[in-house]
Amino acid sequence: MDAKVSNAAPVRSKLSVRNLNFYYGKFHALKNVNMELPEKKVTAFIGPSGCGKSTLLRTFNRMFELYPEQRAEGEILLDGQNILKSKEDVSLIRAKVGMVFQKPTPFPMSIYDNIAFGVKLFENLSRAEMDERVEWALKKAALWNEVKDKLNQSGSGLSGGQQQRLCIARGIAIKPEVLLLDEPCSALDPISTGKIEELIHELKDDYTVLIVTHNMQQAARCSDYTAYMYLGELIEFGPTTDLFMKPKKTETEDYITGRFG
Amino acid sequence: MTDKHMSSQFDAELSGISTRVLEMGGLVESQVAQAIYALTHFGGDVATQVIEAELRVNQMEMDIDADLSSIIARRQPTARDLRLLIAISKTIGNLERVGDEAARIARTVQRLINSGVSTRLRLPVSDVSFEASLATASLRKALDAFARLDVGVALEVIKHDNAIDAEFDGLMRKLITYMMEDPRTISASIDLVFVAKAIERVGDHAKNLAEQVIYIVKGTDVRHNTPERVEDIIK
Repeated sequence: MDAKVSNAAPVRSKLSVRNLNFYYGKFHALKNVNMELPEKKVTAFIGPSGCGKSTLLRTFNRMFELYPEQRAEGEILLDGQNILKSKEDVSLIRAKVGMVFQKPTPFPMSIYDNIAFGVKLFENLSRAEMDERVEWALKKAALWNEVKDKLNQSGSGLSGGQQQRLCIARGIAIKPEVLLLDEPCSALDPISTGKIEELIHELKDDYTVLIVTHNMQQAARCSDYTAYMYLGELIEFGPTTDLFMKPKKTETEDYITGRFG
Repeated sequence: MTDKHMSSQFDAELSGISTRVLEMGGLVESQVAQAIYALTHFGGDVATQVIEAELRVNQMEMDIDADLSSIIARRQPTARDLRLLIAISKTIGNLERVGDEAARIARTVQRLINSGVSTRLRLPVSDVSFEASLATASLRKALDAFARLDVGVALEVIKHDNAIDAEFDGLMRKLITYMMEDPRTISASIDLVFVAKAIERVGDHAKNLAEQVIYIVKGTDVRHNTPERVEDIIK
């Protein structure tokens, strides 16, 4: 964790959220959210169930558009481009903004193809280049040593922690700019969780990482910035050390110290 | 702010450890008072009691420290809970040293008694006693500020430390005069210099305690600042 982050020069903002409102039909799930998400940093979203943190995460790659009754108003600027209004193919946005879900979701195919599948949609690589890319992604996800001798075996034969790292490898293989992690460790044991957290730490050299987690200690361990949300509102957002040591808002303090409810 | 955690066990642990800090504070406060009583009355027995109490103070510090580690390991406290535990860790270190100062005074009293110096020598013992009353009042106030998490009282303690220091300086000048007037008092006067210094240190520890109270409540580290600056910071 970058403890000096609050004193550092202002970091560049990768994603800007401006007056974002989100509705599930009539239900107002996000209320006028404004925030600047710093580039090549890890930002964690915490808050009780139903506070809107996963909803917010799913707006960053327009995942919500799969459901017709859900709509977002406002702006989300990715490097200055409003992705909510973009005419660009949504799959290109998702290539830039990758996502890993709570439960590992390997495709029912070999470990190799799990990673190559997404790459083939966007790039035309030779066999040798593809081999290289698969190896790169698996190494980056700290999985290479465990699977290098069984790349042709099914991805679903791996352990839960390995499957989740496979999904992260798949997510980074297409070289996104932003990586969204929605509770990536909630189904994993502490050892696998530790490996994923170590991985998150390394990923931020190259990517902007946003992570939703129910585990506050995980947010404290692996993020540079933390956002606390409650009932669809962004209550407090700042450097993780500040938020966990001396939060500005009473609501934040009550939540992180367990006085909530 | 609600005061209750979802875990009532955690609440009980935090209030339990705070109570024991106050118990330890009460013990060292009476240690200082007894040490001064021993000095003003040349009471060897009381001095011995003060020295014996040091073992209990040391044990309390270690017990509270062990509980702190255990709470941190099991609860992973954050924000004001974490600040409270960090502050307690520093507070008990300061209290233990107050106990050391009391024992130091008591040992000096024993030495004075053994050397045959008693009331026949004119010495400004009452001035030492006055300085001690200022320091113990500060200590009591600092413990009170901790018990009630009262920043205002903590600030008074910090401001008051200058008065104790001034009293110490005055006492030094007085003792030097005694030594110049009557060289027979030199040995005993030097002992009193050490006693006065020990009392002045008690005042410093009280101030350190008060600074920790401000850290718990405000989350701001106000150490190494003038009282005026501290007042500005906590406004």
